[in-house]
Amino acid sequence: MVRFILRRAALGLLVALTVMTLAFMLTRLSGDLAISIAGPGATQTDVEIIRKAYGLDRPVYVQYASWIGRAAVGDLGTSFFFKDKVSNLILARMPITMTLGLVGLSLALLISIPLGILAAMREGTWIDRAVTVVTMVGQATPSFWLGLIMMITFGLTLGWLPISGTGSWQHFVMPGFVLAMTATPALTRLTRSGMIEAISSDYIRTARAKGLSRASIIFKHALRNAAIPVVSIAAVQLGFMLGGSIVTETVFALHGVGFLAWESIAKNDFPVVQAVVLVLAIIYICLTMLADILNAILDPRIRAA
Amino acid sequence: MSLAISTPGTDRRWTLRIRNAGFAIGVVICGVVVLAALFGNALIPHDPFTQNLNNRLIPPFWMDGAQAGHLLGTDQLGRDYLARLVYGARISLLIGLMTTIVSGMIGTTLGTLGGYFGGIVDDVVLFLITTRLSIPIVLVALAVVGLLGSSLTLVICTLGFLLWDRFAVVARSTTMQIRNLDYVAAARCAGASTPRLLFKEILPNIASHLAVVATLEIALAILLEATLSFLGLGVPPPLPSWGLMISEGKSYMFFSAWVIMIPGVTLFVFVLGVNFVGDGLRTWLGAERPR
Repeated sequence: MVRFILRRAALGLLVALTVMTLAFMLTRLSGDLAISIAGPGATQTDVEIIRKAYGLDRPVYVQYASWIGRAAVGDLGTSFFFKDKVSNLILARMPITMTLGLVGLSLALLISIPLGILAAMREGTWIDRAVTVVTMVGQATPSFWLGLIMMITFGLTLGWLPISGTGSWQHFVMPGFVLAMTATPALTRLTRSGMIEAISSDYIRTARAKGLSRASIIFKHALRNAAIPVVSIAAVQLGFMLGGSIVTETVFALHGVGFLAWESIAKNDFPVVQAVVLVLAIIYICLTMLADILNAILDPRIRAA
Repeated sequence: MSLAISTPGTDRRWTLRIRNAGFAIGVVICGVVVLAALFGNALIPHDPFTQNLNNRLIPPFWMDGAQAGHLLGTDQLGRDYLARLVYGARISLLIGLMTTIVSGMIGTTLGTLGGYFGGIVDDVVLFLITTRLSIPIVLVALAVVGLLGSSLTLVICTLGFLLWDRFAVVARSTTMQIRNLDYVAAARCAGASTPRLLFKEILPNIASHLAVVATLEIALAILLEATLSFLGLGVPPPLPSWGLMISEGKSYMFFSAWVIMIPGVTLFVFVLGVNFVGDGLRTWLGAERPR
């Protein structure tokens, strides 16, 4: 078990290092950063001053080494626009993104687990097919558009929910739902296939032979086994949701990490952009690692692999 | 089970019928979009780029104040909405197909090599897939377009380089399943070279699985392009992308919701159609559903 965790952690570290390198390369794509920071009206002297001030006059490998070295101890640099430490900026906005992600995940599970169980219990019937169509509809709906429609319907026409901002819990209902819809199709399909596999297995036949009630078979025996992959994929989906929150946060003007990244891209504020890419990637890496370890604890067969 | 009203036999027939109906609907939707993209703008008397500030935000035909000349009304700059919508089909199709070709080549190459050779090659491929999955797609695509300036080619390349993971996963697992089957072994014994084995034996036999993945990726690429364009960092204006049309109509949506409903519903229906085709293809080819 310890060996498994160590190996998994080493892989995570290697992936994180690669993402760090990619994030660095990403911001160097545009060629001369100093010129794009200085803006179109800048003179040659302005550009030179900026180049010196941000250390862009150093060779690329020195800049790279310094970025890796500092990021390893949590120093992600200073924002050009906000004139503040990038780590402070991200920390200040993280609670909003995290709240959004957790609300989204909870709603996604609340929708997809019952739907998946329903489809599995009625496998092959029109109910099963209807659930599949619902997941396909969810998959085909552009989330930014769904957000706008909800704003018109629930915000303007019905007046039930606030349209944008972060003042109260009501502000998170619509964005949370929109974000949940991005994960619901995958989670529903997984619950369905897990339940179908569980229902057709020997221990369920035994339980049925013992004369247990249907509710007890479905919820106590089948669901418990089907839940293992769902729990681990839920962690992965949370990672995807946090990464994809840039869309939802922009639509609903929630000032979280995604919104910060969007603003910074528009302002050419590259230290913030590369830091947000890195932080979101690291959160995803940690979540998947957690899911893998959890899976290995719950299912000993995985450990051997 | 005990509460099921109809017998399993009729149920199965029903599901099959619904499934076939879904496939047929999907083919019709995709056909209409392709035809519109190819011939639409030749049939519509308006140009998608010509502005007319005297005719701004004319509502579509089912609303009061509609004009006979503009079936779906005009946008905030007085451009014919139907002409822009039809031209937008070209953009979506182009992005969907080109992105999938780029990502399909990358993913299939990596997946087939990893699955066929195993060992260190496979470890590297798995590592690349893990790394790719940890990168937030929308954010990185936005950053690339933001830094390099928006263009159609750049959007295609960026999405192509970000969306290959599912191709790689499916190509890898299907290659692993067939690499030791008799016909592959027979070809190997007959002295076929490794490239020949990969191209003549492996690739044709995993193609059906890859076709299913391709439909999913086309749908995903079209949605992502719309998202990027909506956020202002996708297809550059004045090109009429559906995402861009929604973004431009956003300021007027509370007064005239049709401005975002028309391109949004089109986008939704088209992506749903592509997914229906993929679903039908999956049943027809007997390919398993990739997770």
